[in-house]
Amino acid sequence: MTLKRFLTVFLAGCIFAGCLTGCGSNKAAADISVEDTEYYQKFKDDGISINVYNWGEYIPDGADGSVNINEEFTKLTGIKVNYSTYATNEELYAKLKAGAANYDIIIPSDYMISRMISEDMLEEINMDNIPNYKHIMDKFKKVEYDVEERYSVPYTWGTVGIIYDKDTVDLSEDEIDWDVLWNSEYKDDILMFDNPRDAFAIAETMLGYSLNTEDEGELRASAEKLKEQKSIVQAYVMDEIFDKMSAGEAMFAPYYAGDAVTLMSEYDNLGFVMPKSGTNLFVDAICIPKGAKQKEAAEMYINFLTEPEVALEIAEYIGYSTPNAATFELLDDEIKNDGISYPDDEYLDMHTTVFKNLSPEANKLMQDLWTEIKSDK
Amino acid sequence: MKKLSKLYVSLVLLFLYVPIFVMIVFSFNTTKSRSVLSGFTLEWYAKLFENELILKSLGNTIIIAVCASIISTLLGTLAAIGISRMGKFGKATVLGINNIPIINPEIVTGVSLMLLFVFFKARMSMEFGFTTLLIAHITFDVPYVVLNVMPKFRQMTPHIYEAAQDLGCGPFKSFIKVVLPEIMPGIISGFLMAFTFSLDDFVISYFTSGPTSQTLPITIYSMTRRKVSPEINALSTIIFVVVVIVLVVKNIMERRSLNVKKYADDDSAEIIE
Amino acid sequence: MDKKFNIGQKLVASPYIVWVAVFVVVPLLMVAYFAFFGDEGKFTLEYIKSVGQYSDIFIRSIWMAAVATIICLLISYPLAFILSRMSKKTQSTMLMIVMLPMWMNFLLRTYAWMTLLGNEGLINHLLGMIGLGPFKMLNTVGAVILGMIYNYLPYMILPLYSVMEKIDPSVLEAASDLGCNRIKAMFRVVVPLSIPGIMSGITMVFVPAISTFIISRMLGGGGNMLIGDLIEMQFLGNAYNPNLGAAISLVLMVIVLIIMAAMHQLDSSDDDRVLL
Repeated sequence: MTLKRFLTVFLAGCIFAGCLTGCGSNKAAADISVEDTEYYQKFKDDGISINVYNWGEYIPDGADGSVNINEEFTKLTGIKVNYSTYATNEELYAKLKAGAANYDIIIPSDYMISRMISEDMLEEINMDNIPNYKHIMDKFKKVEYDVEERYSVPYTWGTVGIIYDKDTVDLSEDEIDWDVLWNSEYKDDILMFDNPRDAFAIAETMLGYSLNTEDEGELRASAEKLKEQKSIVQAYVMDEIFDKMSAGEAMFAPYYAGDAVTLMSEYDNLGFVMPKSGTNLFVDAICIPKGAKQKEAAEMYINFLTEPEVALEIAEYIGYSTPNAATFELLDDEIKNDGISYPDDEYLDMHTTVFKNLSPEANKLMQDLWTEIKSDK
Repeated sequence: MKKLSKLYVSLVLLFLYVPIFVMIVFSFNTTKSRSVLSGFTLEWYAKLFENELILKSLGNTIIIAVCASIISTLLGTLAAIGISRMGKFGKATVLGINNIPIINPEIVTGVSLMLLFVFFKARMSMEFGFTTLLIAHITFDVPYVVLNVMPKFRQMTPHIYEAAQDLGCGPFKSFIKVVLPEIMPGIISGFLMAFTFSLDDFVISYFTSGPTSQTLPITIYSMTRRKVSPEINALSTIIFVVVVIVLVVKNIMERRSLNVKKYADDDSAEIIE
Repeated sequence: MDKKFNIGQKLVASPYIVWVAVFVVVPLLMVAYFAFFGDEGKFTLEYIKSVGQYSDIFIRSIWMAAVATIICLLISYPLAFILSRMSKKTQSTMLMIVMLPMWMNFLLRTYAWMTLLGNEGLINHLLGMIGLGPFKMLNTVGAVILGMIYNYLPYMILPLYSVMEKIDPSVLEAASDLGCNRIKAMFRVVVPLSIPGIMSGITMVFVPAISTFIISRMLGGGGNMLIGDLIEMQFLGNAYNPNLGAAISLVLMVIVLIIMAAMHQLDSSDDDRVLL
């Protein structure tokens, strides 16, 4: 009898599972055209798969009528994609450094790429396998984090600014700068970056330090500044800001321009400020980590993401700026000229700084200080 | 007094159920708002069934739970047989170690296994994925099987096994005929416990899974860290409904089996008389 | 009994013993190794010492877990008693209803509270209708404790119920015949008999509560870190430092062991562990 009881429980579970998998429907194929279909046929019948580790909300996944990029890639090449996500560069670094997983594709930011290169964590990319690299704008080539163009293919770029709720904030756009995030008038209505580098950058800007300072005193002073802010911060978040800002849970949130564009397109009450006191300009680029099992398939994936039409889908869905010249041509003028995704060169030159990798000692100090800040009462 | 206790029970139940019912109600809401109801829709359910990531991780979860609970039931039952024959000291030592994964905070178990698997990976090229996850699940499941089966040996009629052998059964046959039926309830409850723990585990899986073996709890975790869609409410509702069905069926079966047993007991009592 | 066969039977436990040795004992030794040996394999007390910097987090975690455990006990005790005095049939149904929420994934349950407690969440919305609030509830210490209570309450109810269920109603009747009133009977008879349940309930709530990192992250807004957050942060989070993480894990284990030992001392009876 007991066995029978168990079987019933078990069967119920199986039926549920079967129903779920059975019900999964195939979405109508929205074909994306690629330049050279032949190129993608190499592994068609080999049944291989690649492990992709990307930021959350960083690729069209079929939601809200978008094209599911990974699915399209599988359809075109026969290569399956195991997709998982992380929230910060530091999380990605920890996961790779711990050796607790094997990935074929990762998308770190500039400073993290140089750190990974210096710690021998990246595989060299065979650029011959990435014909679409020619589409990348010249200003994103031979850049400081990868001067010899050996390890990375730019995916997106953007700036960091402040997302704010126009309904509840009584300041005009001109009046908003980083100091609002320290203004106790807005206690508990402020969200803050949940990663050390971006958080430190804000404090460093306010204190007039370089965003790439390695000076112990300056780093400690910045940490003090961040501790001071802690009592008025509602929560330390990353992609949770989508939820919190759209629901009106907070007034201010420093975040990446691309996500601000996505949010503003859906919620009219949200605005974005590019701080005049200075901010970070970042490039996120696709890399292959050391020990990747499917290097060539990974290169095919990189090439696919760099296809002008694929990159267009990506740019339009995730809102980040594209480093792809052919894609940029295809963009609507409205996006090109909105001033947020593609700020004029003057702003970029005058007010933005690119992160550089810090010395191992400075990196270690920043990590320790971050733990201290987060654990501070 | 009676009224007071009824009120108290209902208050506690209210506390336990309000969050769940709120999620159920909002899974049918047309907008993404979590505080204003604006209309009825099944859109989120449709989206959920199109979400390949969720379906795939559900599949992974079930496969892992089935494999881990079967293997740990075998391993644990054999262990219980062996341990029950050990001397006092041996028994105490083994049971003490058996308790470690139960007592230890989950995060420490997860972290320690992660360190071990990293060590394996560097030396034997064992990747994080299905195997590591399966090993981790078996490791935290087995102790519960052992703890469920052990007491059955204590409750067993002493010398029944020897009696079977005296009556001419071989050791193996007397085990199958006499011992196994006695410990079966323990084996089954151990298996069920292992199965449910595996289904629901997040913390240990978080540290030991790889890119190819995301389980449902891990997928749910990454969903809560991103732009949250009411799909998550739909998922909760479905899981809740399934749990209710399973438990109700289980309860009915149990009650029926209790009744049958009662009659059977009455019969045997009559026969003895 | 046939001695040779007895040895043979002991041997059937060997796969298990090997398993436990490799996957329980060795990993814990590795944690200890990481805590005491740096990158170059040299013995150092640096990591264990630096755990001291985080004593605030330890104290906060112990305090929050203790508060959650006590409230769980206060809520569960009357409930378990009421349940145990119901008719057998109602008991099993009621027990199922009480345990049912526990069967849902705890991330989903915690997420549900996130949506309820927010500034624009349902509770503040309802309060707003009668002209109150909004109150800041999410991302506070209180929210984290609430999350602990909600998630671990069933772990307290079950062991309490299973000892109380065994208390014969006639014992209570005898107490009242001997002149005890209800409350006196409760304290003189029920409480002493339910000590094992209380002890196992306390450990079953306290241990997961002190080491959680999900509840504090989801309901505490990342500013109310617990020991679990600190450990997670060192291994897979924003401050990669597995040696420090291992040292913190080791200290956490010692704390848990001390608490278990203390509970064991208080509960002198040597019953089987009350299980789920």
